Amino acid sequence: MFLRFSQIILICFLIISNAESAESGGMPQLNPEFWFSQIFWLIITFGIMFILLSKFVLPKISENLESRKAGILENIEAAEKQREESDKKLKEYEKLILESKIEAKNYFNKAREKILKDIDKKRENLEKDINDEISNAEKEILDLKNKSPEKIRKIAVETSSDLIKQLIGVDVNNSSISAIVEDVSRKTN
Amino acid sequence: MASNPMYQFNVYRIGPEIKLGEVDLSFTNASLFMVISSLAVLIIFNLGSKKNSLIPNKIQLLAELSYTFVSKMISDTAGSKAKPYFSFIFSLFMFVLFCNMFGMIPYAFTVTSHIIVTFVLAAFIFFGVTIIGFIKHGFGYLKLFVPSGVPVVLLPLIVVIEVISYLSRPVSLSVRLFANMMAGHTMMKVFGGFVISLGIVGGWLPLGFSVALTGLEILVAFLQAYVFAILTCIYLNDALNLHH
Repeated sequence: MFLRFSQIILICFLIISNAESAESGGMPQLNPEFWFSQIFWLIITFGIMFILLSKFVLPKISENLESRKAGILENIEAAEKQREESDKKLKEYEKLILESKIEAKNYFNKAREKILKDIDKKRENLEKDINDEISNAEKEILDLKNKSPEKIRKIAVETSSDLIKQLIGVDVNNSSISAIVEDVSRKTN
Repeated sequence: MASNPMYQFNVYRIGPEIKLGEVDLSFTNASLFMVISSLAVLIIFNLGSKKNSLIPNKIQLLAELSYTFVSKMISDTAGSKAKPYFSFIFSLFMFVLFCNMFGMIPYAFTVTSHIIVTFVLAAFIFFGVTIIGFIKHGFGYLKLFVPSGVPVVLLPLIVVIEVISYLSRPVSLSVRLFANMMAGHTMMKVFGGFVISLGIVGGWLPLGFSVALTGLEILVAFLQAYVFAILTCIYLNDALNLHH
């Protein structure tokens, strides 16, 4: 402010000195020749500017600002809503994943149980088959075993009768031979 | 004489002489710069209000920032009652600001460096504010001159001082703007003249001063427009919200 005052004083001094030196000097501002023209044009230009600004331009700017404010509020609201929704969706999704994990585990367990059961069943079947086979075979063996002495005896009787026939050329009674064979086999036993 | 620092304030006729009776209403360089300033204001703010995009472009941002700046200034100093006068104060601020700023262009004419222009504006504000005050408060508006809490003995003196200060408002308002603009422009002209007269050897110092002064003057151009507008708001505040 002080600078301003000193400037103004300096200017006034300059003006006074100018007014003394040059006849056309002094302040053109104080020459009333164009005062009315300036007032007239000031009223016209400022008036037109004021009317146009206040009628058309400023209401539009105010409207723009208001609509921006409203729009931003709306957007914020929408964003909030969408965030909430996405949170909800996220929770749902997590729940879904958890559920599906549990389900998958269940399926897995079930499948394992089923397979184990199957395996057990098959093994049982197989074991049963094998046991059957074994018992059959044992039975056969036992049969064979039971039948074999008689057969042997028969064969022995036949062979010995054949041999006797070959050796001596006499038909020997089968019953006597079998009695001998029995005797022998008893001895060997 | 172009070297006269006051020469830049000369008003001269452009085009034909227009006379209304005895009164000379010719179009002058001052009128030209008034037209340019108001046109610039209109064009800038019209462009700034045309498109309404959510993210404003530069000119829209400029218009909206100015709008909120002035609107905040008014509501801070004169309260919410001053809302109807917003467009007048906005126009006033922009007109003075643009006249000041166009004056900063070399060889341009500074409209606000003429006392008659600033005085007409200030007188209009003065009368307008006084009329608003009387309409709002009737003769109670005269209480403005009687501050509360003053000893009765001092009252006659205080009232006289208050009346004088009230009546000097248009003068102080107009002279402040006019003197600031004139002083600044004269200083720049004087220093510019020094640059020429001191030549290539000694001219650098005044040239530096000139550059610094240009910066200062741009600041002053804004500041004086702001002061003009804010004082209008303060006067309006007195008229609208009578505190005494």
